[in-house]
Amino acid sequence: MLNFVARRLLAILPVLLAVSLLTFLIASLLPGDLAYVILGDQATPENVAALRRDMGLDQPLWWRYLSWLGHVLQGDLGRSFRTGQTVLQAVAERIPVSLELMLMAEFIGLLIGVPLAIACAARAGGAFDRFMTGSAFAMLSMPSFLMAILLIYLFAVELRWLPATGYVPFTEEPLANLRFFVLPALTLALAEWPGIMRVLRSDMIATLQEDYIALAKAKGLKPARILFVHALKPSSLTLVTVTGINIGRLLGGTLIVESIFALPGIGRLLVGAIYTRDLVILQGVVLLVASGFVIVNFIVDMLYAVLDPRIRHGHA
Amino acid sequence: MSAPLLTIEDVAVELPTPRGNLRAVDHVDLSLEAGRTLGIVGESGCGKTMLSRAVLQLLPKKAKLTGRVMFDGQDLVRLDSERLRSLRGRDLAVVFQDPMTSLNPVLTIGTQLMETIQEHLELDAPAARKRSIELLAAVGIPAPEQRLTQYPHQCSGGMRQRIAIAIALSCEPKLLIADEPTTALDVTIQAQILDLLAREQRRRHMAMIIITHDLGVVAGRADEVAVMYAGRVVERAPTQELFKRMHMPYTEALLAAIPKLDTAPHTPLPAISGRPPDPTRPLKGCSFAPRCRYAAGRCHEAKPELKGAEMPDHLYACFHPIQMTEGIGA
Repeated sequence: MLNFVARRLLAILPVLLAVSLLTFLIASLLPGDLAYVILGDQATPENVAALRRDMGLDQPLWWRYLSWLGHVLQGDLGRSFRTGQTVLQAVAERIPVSLELMLMAEFIGLLIGVPLAIACAARAGGAFDRFMTGSAFAMLSMPSFLMAILLIYLFAVELRWLPATGYVPFTEEPLANLRFFVLPALTLALAEWPGIMRVLRSDMIATLQEDYIALAKAKGLKPARILFVHALKPSSLTLVTVTGINIGRLLGGTLIVESIFALPGIGRLLVGAIYTRDLVILQGVVLLVASGFVIVNFIVDMLYAVLDPRIRHGHA
Repeated sequence: MSAPLLTIEDVAVELPTPRGNLRAVDHVDLSLEAGRTLGIVGESGCGKTMLSRAVLQLLPKKAKLTGRVMFDGQDLVRLDSERLRSLRGRDLAVVFQDPMTSLNPVLTIGTQLMETIQEHLELDAPAARKRSIELLAAVGIPAPEQRLTQYPHQCSGGMRQRIAIAIALSCEPKLLIADEPTTALDVTIQAQILDLLAREQRRRHMAMIIITHDLGVVAGRADEVAVMYAGRVVERAPTQELFKRMHMPYTEALLAAIPKLDTAPHTPLPAISGRPPDPTRPLKGCSFAPRCRYAAGRCHEAKPELKGAEMPDHLYACFHPIQMTEGIGA
């Protein structure tokens, strides 16, 4: 097991390196000179040249990458030239919002998707299965901004149960905080569960054909035990992958949902950085989010080993 | 003669396929008394596994089953699912062909043993654990206590089949169905597993059905043998009687196809030529006629019935039975 963890850890190092290079290149190769952006259109050529020298922009690309990477490795991702905030400060301020949104959305998505998948697989091809498979398909094709607007209309405007937009930190008013998150999380979850259901459903149907399921039936076990103990665990590998990818994706915040519901998360930070051409923030945030994605996938790999002893023992 | 433990009456299984209905089991009658062994022999696709699945009520959902399967006074075909569930694993146990796929890869051996015990016997966890260890020891697994926390992939094929047998024996079943229990195993392990099954059967006085394609497997172990071909029983007799005087050309061909130690090297095996008939297109005459070297006109026109002639317990379905003067050594 330790060997397995060590091998996976070694494997993510080159990935992280590639991520940092790509992030750097994207920010550096954007058209327009950062010095001009900072100084504005009234800048004299002397000022621009001086600033370029100060920021190291006159150095070759590879040298700038290595020096940036060196700073990153020391925990210094740079500072916004607009707000003076460091990247880490800006992210630390917003990440709780995106994390809470992500966790709630995944939780609701799984809560809807997993039981439906099991129910469908247990009677594959039946009326309920066909109805749910169709509904999932309909849900998948509904864009999230439309879903958000529908939910706001129903729960905030018509029923007045929940606030449409806004945010208070959990530490100040926990209940109000949760109420602000219900609609955005639901918006995301309604897009998540169809994928969760379809993946788990088809894996469950395949597992239920296995010999060991026939033997479980021949042993006279209860149907619920066969479904939940014998079939669910070996069927959940793809589900874990999909959930991992979803979490990785939501880690970077969701530009649309955070914007609609006015949640100050990572997504809004990114949008802001793009509008103001705040390249240091943009570059830093993308690097952090991409690294988070890689780490989540590492955790997914670890979960495989928990779910399947054959992976744990290096047989598969 | 006591009342049979298991009576299969006029059982037929049909499977819908894109090419029409496939008659996997074609009106089979069999019976088995407590403590005795029935061998069901036939080549791949002859319906022997489908017949066993019909007894266990584990047929695919789309399969259509007719007839009666009387087990211990109850018709399994018409039994409600809860009553069936309480029989399965307790009175009615099974060992599948491939131990690589019949054990759940993500559950420990202990879990897979103890769940059956705790489902059917009123034992708490420590008692179920103790019984599991005894069972593993009984089927010849060294260090049974350590095995409980291991997973199937940590055991060899022979070991896994022993574990599958331990699971089957866990609640002292009245009937054990062993569906090709040694086909997936190394030759050296096969005899060990068969001997283990025979020993445990005698010890526990259970009835057993051994399903195999190898007449050699049932030769010394079954009390009675039923030979199946194309979904039907084509010959049925007490084992010794069958080997002494087989009447059905198919049985003879099956026996001839077993390699023997005393044949000269490089002698080609007398394989049965041709293939079994397409089960979606039943033949008018005897199903074996196209491959039979004794077949004559009548064989292609009408189906011979399964009936006894000179011996009441030796049934065969053939118009031109072989008349053997002396037995063939198996």
